[in-house]
Amino acid sequence: MSFNLLVFIKQVPDTQNISGDAMTPEGTVNRAALPAIFNPEDLNALEMALQLKDRYGVNVTVATMGMPAAAEVLRQALCRGADRALLVTDRALAGADTLATSYTLSCVAKMLGNIDLVLCGRQAIDGDTAQVGPQIAEKLNIPQICYVEEVISLEKGKITARRSIEGGYEILESPLPALLTVIDCNEPRPESVKLMMKFKRARSAGEIAMAYKNDPAAAESVKAELAAKGLLIEEFNAAAIGADPARIGFTGSPTKVKQVQSVVLTAGDAKEVSPTAEGIGDLMHELISDHTLG
Amino acid sequence: MNFFLDNKDLEFTLRNLDLAEVTRMREKNYENAARFDTAPVDYEDAKDNFFRALKIVGEIAADRIAPRAREVDQNGAQFVDGKVIYDPLTVKNLDELSKAGIMGVMLGHEYGGLNFPASVYTMMTEIVSRADASLQNIFGLQDIAETINFFGNEEQKKQYLPGFASGEYDGAMDLTEPEYGSDLQSVRLRAYQDENGQWYLNGMKRFITNGCAKVHLVLARSEEGTTDGRGLSMFICEACPQLVVRRIEDKMGIHGVATCELQFNDVPAQLCGKRRMGLIRYVMSLMNGARVAISAQALGIAEAAYREARKYASEREQFKKSIDKFPAIFSMLSSMKVKLTAMRAMLYETTRVVDLRNAYTELVETGTPTAEERALQKYYTKLAAQMTPMCKALCTEGANSIAYDTIQIHGGTGYMRDFNAERYYRDARITNIYEGTTQLQVVAAIGGVMQRDADQRMAELFALELPAELAALRDKLKALHAKQLEAVKFVAEKRTADGSKDIAYHDLVARSLVEMETMILVGLLLLRDGAVCAERAPIAERFVLDAVSEFERRYMVVTSGDDVLIANHRDIIDY
Repeated sequence: MSFNLLVFIKQVPDTQNISGDAMTPEGTVNRAALPAIFNPEDLNALEMALQLKDRYGVNVTVATMGMPAAAEVLRQALCRGADRALLVTDRALAGADTLATSYTLSCVAKMLGNIDLVLCGRQAIDGDTAQVGPQIAEKLNIPQICYVEEVISLEKGKITARRSIEGGYEILESPLPALLTVIDCNEPRPESVKLMMKFKRARSAGEIAMAYKNDPAAAESVKAELAAKGLLIEEFNAAAIGADPARIGFTGSPTKVKQVQSVVLTAGDAKEVSPTAEGIGDLMHELISDHTLG
Repeated sequence: MNFFLDNKDLEFTLRNLDLAEVTRMREKNYENAARFDTAPVDYEDAKDNFFRALKIVGEIAADRIAPRAREVDQNGAQFVDGKVIYDPLTVKNLDELSKAGIMGVMLGHEYGGLNFPASVYTMMTEIVSRADASLQNIFGLQDIAETINFFGNEEQKKQYLPGFASGEYDGAMDLTEPEYGSDLQSVRLRAYQDENGQWYLNGMKRFITNGCAKVHLVLARSEEGTTDGRGLSMFICEACPQLVVRRIEDKMGIHGVATCELQFNDVPAQLCGKRRMGLIRYVMSLMNGARVAISAQALGIAEAAYREARKYASEREQFKKSIDKFPAIFSMLSSMKVKLTAMRAMLYETTRVVDLRNAYTELVETGTPTAEERALQKYYTKLAAQMTPMCKALCTEGANSIAYDTIQIHGGTGYMRDFNAERYYRDARITNIYEGTTQLQVVAAIGGVMQRDADQRMAELFALELPAELAALRDKLKALHAKQLEAVKFVAEKRTADGSKDIAYHDLVARSLVEMETMILVGLLLLRDGAVCAERAPIAERFVLDAVSEFERRYMVVTSGDDVLIANHRDIIDY
């Protein structure tokens, strides 16, 4: 019994190794100054998929939505053992919030079809929302298990997984297809030297077009050559995945950023609240009026 | 952390090591690229592969293997109910190395290998050894697959090599016997054929590294009635009920790997290569490969030890300052670093020559070589034969000295099990013993020294263009070289009282002569590197200045003709 796994990955700025000019004066992330890396928990999700490949011989497809440069994380996934890589890139996808992103990715899963298990990292280190995975599951109308730390078994039509909960864990069983979000629960394997020697050459259509800007004919022949060797990273635009233009990118994103603030936390004076209904009530009012609550 | 990227000297070495010729030959003028999707399209592409591969190995070594090394050392390999059980962390290490696709580094693409030259493989073994020396003993057994690749028939290659490349098979080379170690030509394990021509092996082997392996290369006496090396052949056999591990040794170091005593009870086997060529051809080749691997193991341990010493000395304060500010300590650290750099320069010059020898040998044996190619094959064979034992002597003795000094710099702390220093010391101690003791390396190298087999290479290095300050140092080496020729002549011409060649004196001073030769060659290599990178010049200078006095002392002894010890050593020993 072979299973088809789809792992969604993301290229993110390396916010965990912040250096000098990593923040702009406005308090936003200076993406140009930070190296782009494979989102750490997506690596955990990929590792989980590859371990299932070692155990059950499943097929592992990785897909990402992003700029053309995001082909790099797909290459890294191939060098670690993924079987197939898809890049979804389109200017129309820019500015997507979690709603538009999860819609777009759900379109990818639908386009591929016949997926038994979708894996996502719990969250990306640039936005830290942890919303995309669960929203994809909702849009695909499949069950989700979040905060997964171990797949106990994968059987025909059924998965059993252990998820982390506060103060412990629980073991859940779900019918397939299902979606998992994966936490930092394993040691992602390094690239395989042998796979690297092959897949370092993998390129997306966009990368080939960039490299042969002035020679479209050469670009076409390189593309054909790489495709024949299984080294072409498949590339799709919004239309190709059948996405509704109204639901993607900036247009499809109800989230509007009003203001970005650089918050410096400082210790204030301790305040005593009397343990009476009145005391608690005053505190609640105070928290609501300074928008800490509500 | 990354044990490749954090090692300036190693990166420098790879960047400046010219592997263009050997890579072109191994990749069949890059025609392999059309047949195999892992084959490089040109040298730049191949070099890129080498760098990326070492980066991957460096990451695995630093982040995974090294943190487990102490526990592996403490638990060691166990022997339970007649079976060897490796520590779970050793098993994990091997699994991760297999998954990284580096168990068939030198094997051809057709067998699922990477087809890398020995030089790059050796860098991997150095990196692995820095993390856990005992793991290198298993990882480094890739030489066994390489030997089957060189000498086995097509069927044997197809049968075994893909399994080695995937990590499914591990190997052991079964040479030493209870009575015969250095004296391998006296090996007794018997090989015989039944009426159908099937070979069987019967007898004992001892001190077999990873003797619990799935695939064994065995040196055995196939010619009944013979007593010397020409009656020995090489066999391949697999682990089976007739091949019994009797016990494993309780060792001083390299605890992670099992050293086994094996009993062969009519073990079915295949002949590998030609009969009678076992020792004189195949095992010599296997041992030479292993000698390079052990040199790298020693270098890896030395690198780890040196870093530990340097770190400790910079952190440890006595008399209100860190101890590395005291001349007594900084002179030790400098001398350790110079030694380490010298070892690495010698090792990768050796692997470069070994790579060229292998490539030209294959060309001569399987292709249609030109006269020039034949001459090159002869040249590199001779040079490798001299440099390999010189390299092993230098690296393994150097590693012992560095590990010794690492404990010294740690003081009492270094004597305690809580620190890594004592493990490095214990692990280093075997390197100048197995795969031939230093004393045996001298025997292997002295012929080349007397015949001046390395003079051509040294002349090339003497002829390199150097900046003025390094040229002055080269003049010092030139003077040493002239004295070396004198010393060699003196020993060659020395006669005993009855006028015959003084073989005993030759043997008595052989080690000095080999060490003198090594100093000149390594000095030249370091000057070459100093010319490429000015930051390295102080190391080159220190080496040459120290070498002068070290050389002179030996020169005095050798040319003194002091042979009294040959006559009176018993009076001294037995008093």
